Amino acid sequence: MSFLNFLISGISLGSIYAIIALGYTMVYGIAKMLNFAHGDVIMVGAYICFFAVSSYGLPPVVGILGAVVVCTILGMAVERLAYKPLRQAPSLAVLITAIGVSYFLQNSALLLWSSNPKMFPAFFTLGNAEAGEEVTNSLRLFDGQLTISYVTIVTIITCLVIMIGLMAFISQTKMGKAMRACSEDKGAAQLMGINVDGTISMTFAIGSGLAAIAGVLLCSAYPTLVPTTGSMPGIKAFTAAVFGGIGSIPGAFLGGLLLGVIETFAKAYISMQLSDAIVFGVLIVVLLVKPAGLLGKQMREKV
Amino acid sequence: MAYFKKLGKTARRNYLTYGLVILAFVILQVMMGSLSSSLKGMLVPICAYVVMAVSLNLTVGILGELSLGHAGFMSVGAFMGVVAAASLQEIIPFAPVRLAISMVVGAAFAAVAGFLIGIPVLRLKGDYLAIVTLAFGEIIKTIFTNLYVGLDGSGLHMSLLEDKTDLAEGGKLIIAGPMGMGGIQKISTFSAGFVLVMVTLLIVFNLVKSRDGRAIMAIRDNRIAAESIGINITKYKMIAFVTSAALAGAAGTLFAMNYSTIVATKFDFNTSILVLVFVVLGGLGNMLGSIIAAAVLTILPEALRQFADYRMLVYAIVLILVMLATNNPTLRAYLDRFKNKFRRRNSKKEAV
Amino acid sequence: MAKLVPIPSDSLIPERDINKAPILECINLGITFGGLKAVEDFNLTIGRTEIAGLIGPNGAGKTTVFNLLTKVYQPTKGTILLDGMDTHGMDTIKVNRAGIARTFQNIRLFQDLSVVDNVKTAMDNQMHYNMWEGIFRLPRYWREERTAHERALELLSLFHMEELAKVRAGSLPYGAQRRLEIVRALATNPSLLLLDEPAAGMNPSETAELMENIRKIRDTFQIAVMLIEHDMNLVMNICEGICVLNFGRVIAKGSPEDIQANPAVIEAYLGKKKEA
Repeated sequence: MSFLNFLISGISLGSIYAIIALGYTMVYGIAKMLNFAHGDVIMVGAYICFFAVSSYGLPPVVGILGAVVVCTILGMAVERLAYKPLRQAPSLAVLITAIGVSYFLQNSALLLWSSNPKMFPAFFTLGNAEAGEEVTNSLRLFDGQLTISYVTIVTIITCLVIMIGLMAFISQTKMGKAMRACSEDKGAAQLMGINVDGTISMTFAIGSGLAAIAGVLLCSAYPTLVPTTGSMPGIKAFTAAVFGGIGSIPGAFLGGLLLGVIETFAKAYISMQLSDAIVFGVLIVVLLVKPAGLLGKQMREKV
Repeated sequence: MAYFKKLGKTARRNYLTYGLVILAFVILQVMMGSLSSSLKGMLVPICAYVVMAVSLNLTVGILGELSLGHAGFMSVGAFMGVVAAASLQEIIPFAPVRLAISMVVGAAFAAVAGFLIGIPVLRLKGDYLAIVTLAFGEIIKTIFTNLYVGLDGSGLHMSLLEDKTDLAEGGKLIIAGPMGMGGIQKISTFSAGFVLVMVTLLIVFNLVKSRDGRAIMAIRDNRIAAESIGINITKYKMIAFVTSAALAGAAGTLFAMNYSTIVATKFDFNTSILVLVFVVLGGLGNMLGSIIAAAVLTILPEALRQFADYRMLVYAIVLILVMLATNNPTLRAYLDRFKNKFRRRNSKKEAV
Repeated sequence: MAKLVPIPSDSLIPERDINKAPILECINLGITFGGLKAVEDFNLTIGRTEIAGLIGPNGAGKTTVFNLLTKVYQPTKGTILLDGMDTHGMDTIKVNRAGIARTFQNIRLFQDLSVVDNVKTAMDNQMHYNMWEGIFRLPRYWREERTAHERALELLSLFHMEELAKVRAGSLPYGAQRRLEIVRALATNPSLLLLDEPAAGMNPSETAELMENIRKIRDTFQIAVMLIEHDMNLVMNICEGICVLNFGRVIAKGSPEDIQANPAVIEAYLGKKKEA
């Protein structure tokens, strides 16, 4: 049973990575840039939700929606102000700018909300305490041998819904087609009458909105919230995106899930402290065998 | 002067760089008495970061590959260098020589790490390469955070995860897992840092201006063309990568021997990024730029102390604005025009 | 396993090369890209000092042949014999060291290196000092660098480019970039020089100079030159043997006169005459 427990919590962690990785991979696929500030958008989303619920007593749904709206606007604003002027600049300049944005978000959070950790409230519970019912935060199966917290269930379902929705969006809608066109060739897309700037802006909006959701889920599972909360999951999700083949949406999903499962198993069966080293080691081995990631396309330069 | 004019543009620039570094060293030595103690304390770290920036510029600017794990090599150099220095304490009492040997040991271990990580790195391109270097940096950090190394009469003892070194009486734990290294003999000096910077410049400049450097830059400019003229891509990429790693290792030793305690998390992703910022702001392939950027940006947070809590925020804003400004097409065009005008005026003067 | 097939007798070799072993023999060379036969049954023999032309409509597979010869792609079929040696299993680097050098259709210079450094980079196979000798500037470094520098300037002077030695390659005008690519290829000491559309984008007087230069290269270095070109004036003037490709297959081989009169070639270039 413990194996199953670990597997489920691995999938849950992986789902969070996958949601973040989707944002990374979409932005990479279309804007061809590594948005290192993506992890910090997660943190902003979590803080917004935290304050909405804990300080203003709003219902969790409003908190989550608020986080999504703020992060979406934040993502678009960052793109407009910091990245758009650099569209023609060398990719390293854009990378450094993204790092600058990351520092900016982290330090703004530090000033606004201080470095004292906030305890993220538990939303995903059943039962009404006021009515005298027992409040539970997890599902117990097989006489308590298998415990699945509601956060886990919500996370996995959310991830699946997002994944399916995103795939449908990309393949079916006009905006999705524009995104695919931009990721192939921005110049040609522009000539075909596609609003490239609008498409890139939309990509950032979607990616950042997803990051907000990921932030809420992440902090529901690991409730300590500090200004650097987003950094490590950001790096891990970036790794997951590369693992699956950066630019590929199913790749980000697969990479995220695998990374989460590998990390959880490494923690459970090998070593708590060395789990990060193991995760990154597996990544290196995978890239040695498949240099473009699991589902990435190997591009050949024309001679 | 005539000789100076006869030199190529690169050679002139290289001599200028050596000259400015020496000048800076001499001025600081003369002013040493009047420097504030916080600035004095930063001299060795500045030297270490300068070496880091110049060596990373070899990978990013000359070889043209993005590395996000340069701090990993610094870490290897720091830990192995300190272990070497501790082991040699009795054998070589003269500190400068002990420091030099420790740096060589640190550089050698970092070079081996560079070689090992070079094997997967050389097969990959662009962002995939970047993520492998990032992964490598994280792996190194994790390992050193869980490594225990002790020294006693019978030699060095090592263990991972838990302290199983089982030292004999009088033995000393050099690396204590998450606690890092404590009780380091602070034998790094500003002079040692200066010498390391000069050696680094010599190695990098001379490497770049040899067949190896030409081949490395040829690979950066056009890999397919380089192959077509028989350039051994793997060999030259490896030379650049390992040299860069070894220099970072030496910088790590210098850095670590400046503090009495040091932990592995000091050399994390953020440190790698910090050094990358030096390189990009200083200009790709521009070693003098790297040196200036490293020095200025190491002092800047200190100089921004009056902004207190806002200083890192200001730093971030400055970083973004500088990137936006230097890549702004209008500003660029203006700067180019200015540069051309300047050049024309100079050539006119020569004609007269 | 490639089958050994007798050298096709229809390949034309200049008379002066007849009694010497040919520099290049392609036997049933072919490559398939995911089911598409890009080049098929390519047979060609080139003499030691021949100037050969490879022509054909766009997309006929001419550059693919160059890519096969230089192992940018590994052939899926057939054999390449370079000076009698099978190049099977070699990569681009080894093939270059064995004696094939090339230029590219879309110019591939080392943009940020100076003109002379572009040429010196190509002499890497003639240098022997190691990294440490380079870093510490030991005698062998100075000796070999001086020799390389002198030879690079000499090669550049062939094309009257020695004045441009210190200029950044990327800032050269188009025609000079094409010439530099040829000099760079020559610097590797090849026995077969492959030129991919050397006259593309040149004006008539530059093209005329180029023709002279190609002949001069052959005469000075006594090597074979094979070129892909759309400028028929150039091809018919300097090539001794011409091979015509269409849809990946050789449709004609022969002297310029033969090719000009060949109905299959005329059809490939101008299309089939409508039956009245």
